[in-house]
Order: sequence, then C-alpha cells, then structure tokens
Amino acid sequence: MTTSDQVRLDVPARRRTGLGQRIWDARAVYLLMLPGFVLILMFSFYPLVMSWYYAFFDWSGLDAAKYFVGFQNFRDLMADEYFWKAFGRSAWFAAVATPIELALSLALAIVLNDRSLKLAPVFRTLFFIPVVTTTAIVSIVMSMVFSSFNGPANQALQSLRLIDEPIGFLTDPRTVMWTAIGLFVWKWLGQPMIYWLAGLQTIPQELYEAAQVDGAGWWRRTISITAPMLTPFAIIITLVVLVGNMQVFAFMQALTHGGPYFSTEVMELYIYRMAFGAQGQVSTQRLGYASAAGVLFGILLIVVAVAQIFAVRKFRRGGGGFAGAPR
Amino acid sequence: MTAGRVRRLVTYAILTPLAFVWIYPFLWMMSASVRPNGKVFAGLGLFPTKWYWSNYAAAWVDAEIGKYFLNTVVVTVSGVAIVVCTTATMGYALGRYAFPGRRILVGILAALVFLPQGYTIIPIFDLITKLNLDGTLFGIILAESGQAHIIQLLLYAGYFRQLPKELEESATMDGAGFFRIFVQIFLPLAKPVTATVIILQFIASWNDFLLPLVLTLSQPDLRTLAVAVYSFQGENFTSYAQMNAASTISLLPVIIVFLFLQRYFVEGIAGAVKQ
Repeated sequence: MTTSDQVRLDVPARRRTGLGQRIWDARAVYLLMLPGFVLILMFSFYPLVMSWYYAFFDWSGLDAAKYFVGFQNFRDLMADEYFWKAFGRSAWFAAVATPIELALSLALAIVLNDRSLKLAPVFRTLFFIPVVTTTAIVSIVMSMVFSSFNGPANQALQSLRLIDEPIGFLTDPRTVMWTAIGLFVWKWLGQPMIYWLAGLQTIPQELYEAAQVDGAGWWRRTISITAPMLTPFAIIITLVVLVGNMQVFAFMQALTHGGPYFSTEVMELYIYRMAFGAQGQVSTQRLGYASAAGVLFGILLIVVAVAQIFAVRKFRRGGGGFAGAPR
Repeated sequence: MTAGRVRRLVTYAILTPLAFVWIYPFLWMMSASVRPNGKVFAGLGLFPTKWYWSNYAAAWVDAEIGKYFLNTVVVTVSGVAIVVCTTATMGYALGRYAFPGRRILVGILAALVFLPQGYTIIPIFDLITKLNLDGTLFGIILAESGQAHIIQLLLYAGYFRQLPKELEESATMDGAGFFRIFVQIFLPLAKPVTATVIILQFIASWNDFLLPLVLTLSQPDLRTLAVAVYSFQGENFTSYAQMNAASTISLLPVIIVFLFLQRYFVEGIAGAVKQ
C-alpha cells in the first residue's frame, strides 16, 4: 500500500495544507470507511487491548467481580506446569508440522506445475479439497476414520498385513501427537501448495527453455532456476504456514479435546480450558488467568511474525525481485 | 519425446492412488452416512448393499440438523454481505486516497494480521454480553464481521489502486459525487475481486468454529453446523451413521461451492502471497 499514485482529494489543495482543512476535505472518505472501521475497532482492536487489561485481574466468570492482582496471573503462569507443557506442545507441533508441510507441498507443486500434465488441475483440486472443508467436522470424521476400534485406517493397515494389532492412533498418548501432526498436514497441505504454484508461475518459461538448450537436466534446472527464484516466496510462505500452525484450536479441540491425559493440550486448548472449563462447563472460569496466558502466547506469535517480516525486508533490500506491488 | 510420455505416465501412476487416499476420508464419510448404524465400521468398501437414507431424515429432524443448517446459512449470508461492504469501502479509501491518519490505520490493520483469534475471544464474549447480543445470531455475525479481513481488504485496495485516475475525473465533470463514483463506477468494475471476496468469506464463515462455539455455550439453539456436530460427540448422540449424515450435510455445501467457484478462490489465496 504505497502512497505514490493515490488520487489527491481536492486537487488544488496545495495552498491550504492545514491538518484541519485536510481532514475536512477527506470527510467523505472517512464516512465511507466508518462502518468497517467501527466493526474492526469493536471486535479486533478493543478485544486486543482488553485482553491485556483483563490479564491483571482475578476474574472468575462474566458476572463475577474483577479484583486487581497486578502481575500475580503471570507469576502463577510461570509456575504452572500445564502452561509450560502446553507452550512446549504448541512450539513442537509447529516446529515438526511446518517443515513437513512446506516440503511436501513444494514437491507436489513442482510436480503439478508441469504444463504437459493435462490432468494437473484435477489433481490440484483434489488435493485442495480438505482445505476448504469445516475443520471441526473434518476432525470428528477423522476421529472415526482413525478409531483404534475398527476404524478404516486400522482395517486397511491390518488387511495389508502391515500391523497385527490395531494402532491407538488417538488413544495412545505416545502416538496421538504424531497422528495429529499427520492429519493436520493432510488437512492444510493444499494451501501452501497453491502458494508455491503461484510462485512457480512467476518464473518465466524462457529461462527453463534456455537452460534446456544448454543441456541442463531436470535437477540442474530445479536447483539453478527454480530454487533461487522461489526463495523470496519461501520466506513469506514459511511465515504464513508457521503462524497458521500455531493456531490449531478447531482442529485439535474436535480431534482430541487435548487428550488423552492432556497429551495434545496445545496452548489454545489450555487457554480455552482455563477460560471456559473442560467441555464447556461454565464452572471453573479463570478469565483473567486465561487472558494472561493469551497475552504471553500472543507475544510469542508476534515475535515469530516480526522476526520473519524482518527476514523478508532484508531479503527485498538485498535485491530479490519480489516487489510488494500487487499484480 | 517418449521419455516425457513415460515420465507423465509414472507421475499419473503415483498421483492417482495418492489422490484417492487423499479424499478417501470424505468418500468413507458419505458411504458411512447411508449404512445402518451397526455396519458403519464394517469393511473398507465404499458401496453399501442397501442405502439407508433414513439416517439423513433422522439427523435432519431428530438431531435438529435442519435448525443448525438454517443458523449457518443466516450467519454465512449475513457475514458475506457485511464483509463485502466493509472491505470494499475500506479498500477503496485505502487504495485510492491519501488522507490524514492513513498511516495509523494501515499500522493498526498490519498489527491485527497476526493476531490469533483465541487471544481475543474473552473480551469479545464479554462485549457481546454487555451489548445484550448474546442469545442472538446477530452477535455471532457482528463478531465474525469485525475480525480483520486483511486479505480481502488488500485484494480490493490493490485492485482499486491500479484503475486510472481519468475515471474519477470524467465522472466528476459529469457531476457525480464521491459516493456515487464509488457505487456506480468503481464497485461494478471490481466484480472479479468481489467474487473472490464472496467465496473466501463464504468458506470462512461457514467453517468458523471458535467464535460460534463460545458465543453459543449457553445458547444451544443458536449453534452453527460446526459447533453442533462437535457437540454431538459429548452428548446423547451415539449413532455413528447419523453423525456421518450430519457431517455430510455440513461439508457438501462448501465442497460444492468450492468446486464451482474454485477459480476465484485459488486466485484469492494465491494473490495473498503475491502481495
């Protein structure tokens, strides 16, 4: 969103540039933006500020009184073993799922980018379908498919003689996180695949043709042309996928409820349990405490995002051909 | 050129079974939805010998999926209408005009991009209650519409920015005011973006989970499909066949909408990365 080529309101306004005058001149613009701005203010900006405010209160339910407790919630969180475990699970989940998701989606995108592959759009559509489906409902269907009691996944593995005993995909605390990561990658793989395809399509076809004339093979072309041309996209795609992989509430809540024995209770599930109680029983609400956990988690996400934005900036300044302008 | 043909055949030979496994869970879900409850987990075959459509009737009426379906349609249609209006107007202003405070507004919006939804759910819950909107679908609609729809906004801003200045100039000479220029000239030109925003928002609203879950904790009648099917797990709904029928009813609309309008959808999310 650069300011260079914007239409100036009231073109000869150069001579009277007082701020009040400029605001008055732009009154129609403000009026046009007002409804959208008010909604964002109410349901995005105000909640952001208030979650910081609530973090300093002991508040046990919407109707209950709030008591100011200073940094007590944060001190309690630091000493809460469940908080740290949830924190670690979120970080681990994202750290494992992200590289798998990025690598597989890139491989798929490179295969599907082949113009001679007439059916590529059909496959692209099929691989993308899980992305558009309702996450919570897909998780519930998957909890049946991967049921340790006769679920089709176990039946298939058994009939292929790959396993003798059914695997407790979602009931064994040692395997459940891996099942969740695998299913999560399945659910969202199509999204980075489309991002990669968008990146691949910006590479001029002539580059490949020229390289082919020079006798460069497929691997050579991939390493010398595709990889460097995709790098600027890779940074932004990694950012989007990484931040997305730390926000898995609907997926995990519907798949496991954080169980068995809290083994999949990631950060958002912990926050939800603190705020609204297990299974939504509104009895053990600790809204201030949950807000404090949310604040800490939010800071972590923002740190990750800002670090990556700096990486993008640095790369652009370094002369990557990835201009911010749309189209 | 036979080497290329062999490579293509090998590629298809790998991709085809992979794609089948990829969508097998959805095929299994549809198959299980027309089996008797006792046969849901019987075998891997997808075609039942006898089709039990009664599962759908039971889910629709007894499990009140019909009611939740209607809730979801109301929430989705209203959400799409509001988000198209707010992102088009804000995108037009941000993409085309320099005005005091523009940088601050862009800064606020940028800060909201990476805001996790779970982070703000408690104040939203509190605000909706204070506004006396708990117990209405309107509360869910407003809360969803008030999330920062940055991708949609950027799509509009980027599109409006690259349109020529002469459009305004000639319209102004014809005597059209600011709002008329926007509604009658620019908005119709942005139809491709509007199509993308509609489908992006349709899928986002239909699939949304955390907001409707929290806002209907004490109002089961207002549940959307995602929340309703999720809630069946813990409640007195043990028929796996009906569960699959309910899931199919919930998932088919988005899948169908996606299949028919995927061009716009794919352009939208690909555009998000290009920006």
